[in-house]
Amino acid sequence: MPAAIRAAHSTVTETHVITTSGLTKIYRAHRSRGREVTALDGVDLHVREGEVYGVIGQSGAGKSSLIRCINLLERPTSGTVTVAGQDLTALAGRGPRAGKELREARSRIGMVFQHFNLLSSRTVQSNVELPLEILGVSGKERSRKALELLDLVGLSDKAKAYPAQLSGGQKQRVGIARALAGDPKVLLSDEATSALDPETTRSILQLLRDLNRQLGLTVLLITHEMDVVKSICDSAALMEKGRIVESGTVSELLATPGSELAAALFPVSGDATGDDRTVVDVTFHGEAATQPVISQLSRTYNIDISILGAAMDTVAGKQVGRMRIELPGRYEENVVPIGFLREQGLQIDILDKAAQEPLLLKEGAK
Amino acid sequence: MTWSEMQPLLSQACWDTLYMVGWSTLIAIVGGLPLGILLVLTDKGGLLQNVVVNKVLGQIVNIVRSLPFLILMVALMSFTRWVTGTTIGREAAIVPLAIGAIPFFARLVEMSVREVDGGLVEAVQSMGGSTWTVVRSVLVPESLPSLISGATTTVIALIGYSAMAGTVGAGGLGDIAIRYGYQRFETGLMWATVAVLVVVISVLQFGGDFAARTLHRRRGKAGPLLLFKPLSGIFPGTIATDAVKKS
Repeated sequence: MPAAIRAAHSTVTETHVITTSGLTKIYRAHRSRGREVTALDGVDLHVREGEVYGVIGQSGAGKSSLIRCINLLERPTSGTVTVAGQDLTALAGRGPRAGKELREARSRIGMVFQHFNLLSSRTVQSNVELPLEILGVSGKERSRKALELLDLVGLSDKAKAYPAQLSGGQKQRVGIARALAGDPKVLLSDEATSALDPETTRSILQLLRDLNRQLGLTVLLITHEMDVVKSICDSAALMEKGRIVESGTVSELLATPGSELAAALFPVSGDATGDDRTVVDVTFHGEAATQPVISQLSRTYNIDISILGAAMDTVAGKQVGRMRIELPGRYEENVVPIGFLREQGLQIDILDKAAQEPLLLKEGAK
Repeated sequence: MTWSEMQPLLSQACWDTLYMVGWSTLIAIVGGLPLGILLVLTDKGGLLQNVVVNKVLGQIVNIVRSLPFLILMVALMSFTRWVTGTTIGREAAIVPLAIGAIPFFARLVEMSVREVDGGLVEAVQSMGGSTWTVVRSVLVPESLPSLISGATTTVIALIGYSAMAGTVGAGGLGDIAIRYGYQRFETGLMWATVAVLVVVISVLQFGGDFAARTLHRRRGKAGPLLLFKPLSGIFPGTIATDAVKKS
C-alpha cells in the first residue's frame, strides 16, 4: 500500500494549537470503594497548527479519554488543556455543567465521532445547521452555510434525506460537515473511520486530508489502525496505559532507534539466507536519503546485496522508510561497507544473528 | 330501554368521559414531560446531576404511583374541593385524574428519554450546546415516537381511571355502568357502553400507534408493528395478510 507520508507540509507551522500538560484523568468506580482507574497519566501533547496528528493505541490505552478531555467532555482530574491559545481547563468551572465560556470555546472545536451521532429526527441539512442554531446564526445564513458544507463533503443531493437513509460513509461525511459548521480551527476525530469498511475509510481519510490542506484545519485524530496514521498523519503519538510513550513527526520517529511506531509504520521482515551473512536494517529519513545508496554500495565494494524486505515511500524525491538488506560474509568482513552506509547519513541497525531479531527492536515487525 | 332512550344518555356520558380524560391528559403531559426529563437529568451521571432532587422527585412519583386510583381520589377530596369548589362532577374528577396521571406519564417519559443514545447528547455538547439545547433538540425530538406511545398508554389508563371516578359522582361512562348496568340490570345499555368503550379505545390506540409509526417512517426507519388490532380477532384474515407482508 502506498504510504503517503508528508513529513513537512507547507500548512504546518511551529505554533502549537493544542497543548496538554500533565493531563491526568482518574475514574473513581464508586465512592465507597477505593477502586480507581487511571485513564490518563500525565499526558503532554503538542499539536502544531495545520498538521494531522494521530494518536494510536490499543483499546483501553486512554485515547478516548484524551480526546474527550481536549474539549472537556470529560473533566481532567489535573493538568491543563490549551486550544488556540485559550486555557480550557480554566473555563471549566467546578460543577459538571459547562459554563457559557466553555460552551463558546467548544463551538470553535469540531468533533467527529465513531458512530456519527447524527440526530435521526433531523434531515441531513438540519443536522448540519444545528451547530449554527446554537451559535445563533439566522435561518437564511444557516441554510446557505449548511448547503455549502454539504457540497464540500460531496453530499449536496442528500440535504433533504434523513440519516437513517444514508450509508456509513455518507453519515460520516455529514458528521464532518456538521463539525465544520462553526468554522473551527481544530477538528477532533474520535475513531471516525473505525465503523467503516476499508474503501470508505480511505475516502473519509482523503476528505480529512483535503480539508486539512484546503482550510488549514488542524486535525487531532485517535485511532487503533496503523493504516490511518500511515495514510494521513504528519505526526503521531503512541499511547500505552494512559501515557504517551512515543511521539513526534513521522520522520523523527523513523530517526529514533527502536521506535515501536516506526517499526509498525514501516514493517520489514526476512531472515538471513545462510550463516555467513550479515543482515542490516537501513532506515531512510530526512535530508540524507537522496542518493541511490544501495547500488552505489554494490558498485563501490563490488558486493552482491539482497533485499530481504522493504517498506519504502518516496515523498518529494526523497526516500522514506526502512529496508532490510543482506550482505555476503560475516559482520567483521562488512565493517567497511556498513561504515559507508553510515557516512551517507543513514541509520543502520545490525541484526543479532543468533536471535535473528533486530538488536534494538523489542518487537519484530509483522 | 329503547335506543332512542339510550342514545342521549350514552352520548352525554361519552362526552363527559372524553372531557375528563382530555383535560387530565393535557395536564399529565404538561406536568409529566418536564418531570420525566428532570428525573433523567438529575440522575447520577446526568447533565444536572443532583442526588437530592432526584431522590425526592423519585419518591413523590413512587408514592403517587403506589396508591390505587380509587384511594388517591378519596385522599385528594379536600384538595379537589379547594381547587374546584366541589367534589362532584366532571371538573372535580379532573384534579385526581391529572394528579394520578402526571407520575404515570413521567415514568414513561423517563424510560423513553433514557433510550436516547448518549452519543447524541455528547455531540450537541461538543458543539457548545447548553443543557436546554440538549433537551430541546435531542432528548425530546429523538424520543418523540416513544413519547407518543407513552401518551397513548396514559390516555387509555385515564379512561380506566375515569370510570372509577364515575362511580363516585363524576359522570361519564362509568356512571352509566353503575347506575343502569349494576343498579337497574339494564343489560342493553350496559353492552352499548362496552361497545362504545371498545370503539373509543381502539381508535385512540390505533391513532397513537399510527402517529408513532408515521414519525419513524418519515425518519427513514422501520417503525414498530401495530400491536393492537381489535379487528384481527374477528377477521382472522387480517393476521394472515400481515404474516404474508412480513415475509
